[in-house]
Amino acid sequence: MNAVPKIPSSLTDKQFHYCPGCSHGIIHRLVAEALDFHNVRENTVGVASVGCSVLAYNYFNIDMQQAAHGRAPAVATGIKRVLPGSIVFSYQGDGDLASIGTAEIVHAAARGENITVIFVNNACYGMTGGQMAPTSLIGQVTSTTPKGRTQPEAGYPIKVTEMLSTLDGPVYLSRVSVHKPAQIRKAARSIQKAFRYQIENKGFSLVEILATCPTNWKLTPLEAVKWLENNMIPKYPLGEFKDVGV
Amino acid sequence: MKNLQLLIIPERCKECGLCRDACPKQLLITEDNINSSGYHPVSLPNAEKCSLCGNCILVCPDLAIIYEEVS
Repeated sequence: MNAVPKIPSSLTDKQFHYCPGCSHGIIHRLVAEALDFHNVRENTVGVASVGCSVLAYNYFNIDMQQAAHGRAPAVATGIKRVLPGSIVFSYQGDGDLASIGTAEIVHAAARGENITVIFVNNACYGMTGGQMAPTSLIGQVTSTTPKGRTQPEAGYPIKVTEMLSTLDGPVYLSRVSVHKPAQIRKAARSIQKAFRYQIENKGFSLVEILATCPTNWKLTPLEAVKWLENNMIPKYPLGEFKDVGV
Repeated sequence: MKNLQLLIIPERCKECGLCRDACPKQLLITEDNINSSGYHPVSLPNAEKCSLCGNCILVCPDLAIIYEEVS
C-alpha cells in the first residue's frame, strides 16, 4: 500500500498532454514520488530536454529549466555547480540523450557530476513523428525506416547504460521498465536510489527507463506494452549495471 | 480509523485501457458516456469487490485513478 500513494506534491494538477498509454505520465509520477520520498521538492531543479517531455515544466511542481536539444546534462552541470546544495536532475528522451546529446551525457558521466539523469528510452523520436532513433531496434519499422532498421544502412542500436558503465565517473547506472506493475515498483525503487546517491553527494547517477510510444509504434497501448516486453527487453536487459554508492 | 477507496477522475482518463488489463479481478469497465476530451472514461461499478491492490493506480499514465481516504 505504501508503494502507491496519492498524487505526489511534486506534480502540479495540470493534465498531461501525452498520448493515451504513453509511459511519460508514469515516469513523471515516479520521479515526483521519489522527490517527495526524499523531501527535497523545494530544493530541486529539473532540466527538461527537447522531445515530448519538453513541456515537463508544466507538470513538475519544482524549479525547472529547459535545455537546448541534448544539452540537458551540461545545463544540469552548470546549475549543480552554481547551486551545489540543490538536487538537480535532467529528464531526457533517447532521441535527445543518445543522439545529439551523446557528447554531453558521456562527459557529464565521465566527470562524475553529482546529478541524476532520467533517461526515457522508447526506441524512436516521439515528438517529431516516430523517426528512427539511435536506440531503435534492428528491424524496427519507423517513419524513416519504413522497411525496418538495417545494420548496413543505420548501424546497431546504442546501449547507453552499458556504454556508460565502462566509465569511472558514474556511481549508479540501472535500466528499468514501466510495462507491468511489478516493473513499475522496481523502477520507483531505482529512481529513489539514484536521487539518494545524489543527496549523499556520491556522484553521477542515471536510470534508463524503457517506455512505450503507442502512437508512433502504430500500436494500441496494450499492444505497445507487449511489444516492449517481447522486443525491447531482450535487447535492453533490465538491471543495475553499476552501483558503487553503497 | 481511515479507510481507502479508489477515486477515478473521469476528466483525466484517456481510455488507454492499461488499468483494465492490470486489474486482477477485471473490475474496471469503460463507460458509454464521454469526457470533455472525447474519451470514454473507466469506472468501477463493483467497488466492494476491489481489494485495493493498487495495480491500476500504478499503470495509469494520467493519474486518473488515485486513493481516496474515507472516514
